[in-house]
Amino acid sequence: MNKIEVRQVYKVFGAQEKAGLALALQGLGKDKVLYQTSCTLALQDVTLSIPAGQVFVIMGLSGSGKSTLIRLFNGLIRPSAGEILLDGQDVARLDARGLRELRRHKVSMVFQGFGLLPHKTTLENAAFALLTRGEPKDKALEAGRLWLDRVGLKGYEAKYPDELSGGMRQRVGLARALAADPEVLLMDEAFSALDPLIRTDMQDQLLQLQKDLHKTIIFVTHDLDEALRIGNQIAILYHGRLVQVGSPQEILTRPANDYVRRFVEKRAGQPQAAPAEGPASG
Amino acid sequence: MFINISFAPVETAFREFVSHYGFIFDAIKGVLLQVFLVPLEDALRGAPPWLILLGVGLIAYHATRHWLPPLFYVLCLYLVGCFGLWDKLMSTTALMLVSTAICVVFGIPIGILISRSNWLRAIALPILDVMQTMPSFVYLIPMIFLWGVGQVSAIFAIVVYAIPPLIRLTDLGIRQVDREVVEAATSFGTTPWQLLLNVQLPLARPSIMAGINQTVMMALAMVVLATLIGARGLGETVNQGIANLEIGTGLQGGVAIVLLAIVIDRITQAYGMDARQRRQRLLKGGSFANFQRTTGEKA
Repeated sequence: MNKIEVRQVYKVFGAQEKAGLALALQGLGKDKVLYQTSCTLALQDVTLSIPAGQVFVIMGLSGSGKSTLIRLFNGLIRPSAGEILLDGQDVARLDARGLRELRRHKVSMVFQGFGLLPHKTTLENAAFALLTRGEPKDKALEAGRLWLDRVGLKGYEAKYPDELSGGMRQRVGLARALAADPEVLLMDEAFSALDPLIRTDMQDQLLQLQKDLHKTIIFVTHDLDEALRIGNQIAILYHGRLVQVGSPQEILTRPANDYVRRFVEKRAGQPQAAPAEGPASG
Repeated sequence: MFINISFAPVETAFREFVSHYGFIFDAIKGVLLQVFLVPLEDALRGAPPWLILLGVGLIAYHATRHWLPPLFYVLCLYLVGCFGLWDKLMSTTALMLVSTAICVVFGIPIGILISRSNWLRAIALPILDVMQTMPSFVYLIPMIFLWGVGQVSAIFAIVVYAIPPLIRLTDLGIRQVDREVVEAATSFGTTPWQLLLNVQLPLARPSIMAGINQTVMMALAMVVLATLIGARGLGETVNQGIANLEIGTGLQGGVAIVLLAIVIDRITQAYGMDARQRRQRLLKGGSFANFQRTTGEKA
């Protein structure tokens, strides 16, 4: 059974959203919509099925619409048209209260820049989701402690985020998201800001956790190696359109078009795992 | 060549307004005087000076977590006492505290409102500009219509002059909070209130404290002018110096205001640092140890 169904989703950013959408619905591409309405067409006719309990990777370069797409699942961005069904419920139609419930109990998110509260301790950050949804403080902190322990940050509870390294901060971000015990975990370029070695560690840790947790994980990345490594399925976006969806094997052996092929070949040319966009050296 | 434009009708309209709704302003005056200013001023003037000095020292210690600066501030205020101006210092302090409190009570919520809406901000900013650039004598006049010559008029003249920086800096502070942090907090289902109280206001705190600091400084700058419409305190001494051409008297009053300004400025600035910074200053070298640990982790 599919956990999430994305049906014919469009997203247009700009003052003339409706005009832009009308053009996009006619099938005009990103450039033409931009030229005629000065609106950015971020997503065009995206239809996806995401099964429960798997790691589903959304891949694309910057500007491909992947960060927009992942924000549809918890309503941080509303689509211009289309449906996003989570367990049959359309996220796009939820009101503020419904969205809040969804975010508090069902869907958590991990961010590229961590998004930790700088004025709270590691422990308070880890317990943030639980405190936000009104659970008793001692219980929330206990759960936070447990999850910090689980991501390998035992002993760092009283530290503040700026006292931690990048990898440790993202572990706090992961603990914060998992402490809410969500069914769906959204990860927006969660490891992209980390050093290559730390990044691999984090990927391993995520896969390790996933063995026990069986969450539905939606993972956005621009790095094909990362996608191949952790994804059960990979969806590739290009200029807001879905180019290919398939298992890592399918992507490697049967790239749907030149764009995907270039990704794959670039990887084949550099077998020592150099990502498509070089990570910041640290 | 010029068509005649006169603001004189404004006066008629204003008089009309006051004669109809004067009771509202009388009520405000009554509350402000009887509940806040007079008791505070009496308490400050009635208390033994050593108690006040001790209080200032303790507050300054709480703010700075050092012993030396508070000692210096206490000395500053002691010096004002030596000028024979202790009573007036207390009057000015009471006036300034009440004005600042009003600024905070209105300024921070207004700043929060403005930060949430671009069009509100577009309306508010020009008004704040006018409040700040209008010669302050101009709005002393309507104050007298509303409350007569006295402390209350002085307070509101001070508030008009001193509130803009607080509104601006509250707005700015909230808008400058890292967008990803706000987005992350939102993604965990915060209500707008939770977001404001747990994320936006704490992170905007340094900016808001800078706004309060500015407000206090501007209130002090206004103290001398406010004596023209009946404020008591150190401004009287300055005005007396001007009226009688007594250089020494005027200078004493001026120096006393400066000393008070230094003390308040330092204390409010110290509160502008967040709680963590202050705690770290208490544990000597704490921040350096943290720096070492962080870099060590990365290497």
